[in-house]
Amino acid sequence: MSAYEGERGTAMHEGGEAGQHAHPTADVYLRVAAVLVILTVLEVGVFYVPVFHPVLVPALLVLSAVKFTLVVMFYMHLKADSRFFTFLFGAPLLLAVGVMVALLFLFFGALTLRGAAGAG
Amino acid sequence: MTHAAHAATAHHTSMGLDSRKLGLWAFIGSECLLFGSLISTYLVYKGRSVVGPYPHDILNIPFTSVSTFDLLMSSLMMVLALAAVQRGDMKWGKIWLFSTALLGLIFLGGQVIEFTEFVHKGLTISTNLFGCTFFVLTGTHGAHVAVGVLWLLTLWVRALQGKLGSANAMTVEITGLYWHFVDVVWIVIFTVVYLIQ
Repeated sequence: MSAYEGERGTAMHEGGEAGQHAHPTADVYLRVAAVLVILTVLEVGVFYVPVFHPVLVPALLVLSAVKFTLVVMFYMHLKADSRFFTFLFGAPLLLAVGVMVALLFLFFGALTLRGAAGAG
Repeated sequence: MTHAAHAATAHHTSMGLDSRKLGLWAFIGSECLLFGSLISTYLVYKGRSVVGPYPHDILNIPFTSVSTFDLLMSSLMMVLALAAVQRGDMKWGKIWLFSTALLGLIFLGGQVIEFTEFVHKGLTISTNLFGCTFFVLTGTHGAHVAVGVLWLLTLWVRALQGKLGSANAMTVEITGLYWHFVDVVWIVIFTVVYLIQ
């Protein structure tokens, strides 16, 4: 049996409800959990080891993004579920990230520009 | 249409998707915007407090790392509960559901200890900008965890009463979606608030 018990959007569990999609096996769930724990240990390690401090922020953001993606794809089943659910989740998520970046640019970008103007 | 056939399609939209699952994904989408705005507010006011305590004075990374591990493990328990319910193994379904709720309660207990310690060290919601944005963000997340724990315990009680079986696997899956969302929000908060100081 493959890690996924069927194809995207077609499989239905015996005795389950219609419309239910293929889910990973318990083995996949355990492997994902192991990766999540390793990534968390790496995050904390990167925080404490001074040699990583120059790349602390990008390293932590990448590790966090990988953990986020693993949970959403495997535990929330977006990897195998309807693409419409991916849209329902992905569109507001992109909007939220866009708002966050815009606000940070407005506040910190404005401060930087004001500082540069003052220095000039 | 027979009663059984009607029951099987009662929750389906014209797209063939379960309406409850569709509704929950739409809700999760709206929650992304809520937490996005709270995290943005935290980041915008980061480093602008004029009085202490400041994040590096007060945040306890080892303690929060254990809480993070606890919430990750609760997500594992949740998917194992779903897998057990889907194959009709209600004995393990009940065990995993209760374990998930228990780990959620431990996380909440950790948050209560953390907040109490912060208040004793002089950080309240009205102390400074850090206190205000920190308590609102992590408190909102904690409230979501509390709702999830109540939801999980309700399912567990229904399972104990014999009212939850493989035919209700979608109910467990929807609960799981909410629980995993709470987990992914914490993944972001742990990085943005605790590790990037």
